[in-house]
Amino acid sequence: MKHKQTDAGNLQEKDSYHQYTHKKKVVILVLAFLIVLLAIAAVNAGSFNLNPLQVIQSLLGKGSDASSVVIWQIRMPRILAAITAGAGLAVAGCVMQNNLRNPLAAPDTLGVSHAAAFGANIAIIVLGAGSISSTSTDAVTINNPYLVTLCAFACSMAATLVILLLARIRGFSPEAMILAGVALNSLFMAGTILIQYFASDVQVAAAVFWTFGDLGRVAWREVLILACLVIFAFIYFLFKRWDYNALDSGEETAKSLGVNVKRVRQGGMFVSALIASVAVSFLGIIGFVGLIAPQIMRRIIGGDHRYLIPASALMGSVLMLFSDTIARTMVAPVVLPVGAITSFFGAPLFLYLLVRGYQRR
Amino acid sequence: MILSVKGLAFQYPSREVLQDINFTVAKGDFLAILGVNGAGKSTLLKCLNKVLSPHAGTVFIREEDTGKLSRRELAKRIGYVAQRQEGAFATVFDAVLLGRKPYIQWEASQKDLEITRKALKSLDLEGYALRYLNELSGGEQQKVVIARALAQEPELLLLDEPTSSLDLKNQLEVAKIVRNVVQDNQMCAVVTMHDLNLAIRYANKFLLLKNGVIFAAGGLEVMTPENIESVYAVSVKIKEIEDIPVVVPV
Repeated sequence: MKHKQTDAGNLQEKDSYHQYTHKKKVVILVLAFLIVLLAIAAVNAGSFNLNPLQVIQSLLGKGSDASSVVIWQIRMPRILAAITAGAGLAVAGCVMQNNLRNPLAAPDTLGVSHAAAFGANIAIIVLGAGSISSTSTDAVTINNPYLVTLCAFACSMAATLVILLLARIRGFSPEAMILAGVALNSLFMAGTILIQYFASDVQVAAAVFWTFGDLGRVAWREVLILACLVIFAFIYFLFKRWDYNALDSGEETAKSLGVNVKRVRQGGMFVSALIASVAVSFLGIIGFVGLIAPQIMRRIIGGDHRYLIPASALMGSVLMLFSDTIARTMVAPVVLPVGAITSFFGAPLFLYLLVRGYQRR
Repeated sequence: MILSVKGLAFQYPSREVLQDINFTVAKGDFLAILGVNGAGKSTLLKCLNKVLSPHAGTVFIREEDTGKLSRRELAKRIGYVAQRQEGAFATVFDAVLLGRKPYIQWEASQKDLEITRKALKSLDLEGYALRYLNELSGGEQQKVVIARALAQEPELLLLDEPTSSLDLKNQLEVAKIVRNVVQDNQMCAVVTMHDLNLAIRYANKFLLLKNGVIFAAGGLEVMTPENIESVYAVSVKIKEIEDIPVVVPV
């Protein structure tokens, strides 16, 4: 039989598959390196002027009290929050897109984020957790952040559980799960509007302010909780990576390859919704990272989840860290909402990749 | 016997699809399942490897009750090619490597890669290994999914209309590949088909389904004009052209 012997398509040598996978590993390493560079830039950037030497001294525990506080209590938790939340939202989106076989699946489209916003609105407006203060950077502060976080988390998990229960009881198809997410989204948005309609302008300001995602909200404890969760989820997803690859070939094929499709899907959706809920509850709504980071990487290194999961996580961190550093420095000392910046830079990049098409190899 | 099916039945909420299906398939057999659209051919195939759960009856693979085997264990014994292929964004090599999924614990071993290469070679696909699936023609894609099923090292191959969307050359080629693979590897295949000529030419066992029950089953002797007419409601004649039996509607 004749077949084309193109250079790239030829597998005469046993090494060529290794070369092909090697390239993907290189992309992953480059992304990891990029994160280190961005983190160095981020720790040096900010409205409190510190030169690189002072930064290093502070990092080693030998800086002045003021610089130590800036580095260890403000910048480091913020940088780590960006890395963990970016990675978490991105892997959540990656797994949701695979599990629901829909490129639009993400924490935002499934109602997780708006449910969290609804919860936060209840806490701030109905339960009185918000007020005005006169700090220079934030015009509005939240009196009782724990109550807000708790309400946001409860609502977003409730939205997730409703969708998962519907899927379990009524045997929802992936398309139906997406549609249920859209329905819940608009339900929670409507609820939010009604609550805000009857609230005072101060309360509305506090509530709207909460929905602008802000990485400065977290301290070490929250970062640690988020990091533990993201690491756990990452390992869980890696264990399931062959299942996800099989699911990409269709539900029936996956079953015939030994995948318990229902269980894999329920587990994947629950864990990814859990990360998204915790991240959104701590940080507010940070849109688009969960949708875009996996889509960007799919186009660069392909749909193989062995590489796609780590690459998406790293891309999420890169996007988030880059956007947050821009948000902090562009019009310092004002900190712009990071969610807006991720979309602002992510969307054009994504459009470019869409136009360019898939990277072939 | 590699496969034996006893009293299999399946129903959707609104209607019964399969009733009291009994048959066996031996080593080296290429069984063609024939019948009109909606006769239950694909459903029967899916019931054999638990893609669908039968409501009654038992499927044995080498005396083992498939109902008691885990999906993973079942996937080591039965390879399946669905009727429609869904477009995964993957290279040919990765798509075939997926056939090793039931064996892979954490990462593909050297042995898995070796078996993948062997499966690619047996279908003449080595030159395509690093091409993406969406760059291939329908015939090539069909070969890739058959190679994936072979990489599972199964004893039984289930193919759901593997030739329906192919041109004449590829139809013959794929049917021939299935026959040769079955004979060379001492396995067996159960294949749903619409093309009676292809079935008569390459299969050695036939199962005619009509309204969810077996109308006739056996060797070439069941492929009579009378049986075919009863199942398809079309009168036919069977002629031999250069020793190849041909079904002609009249």
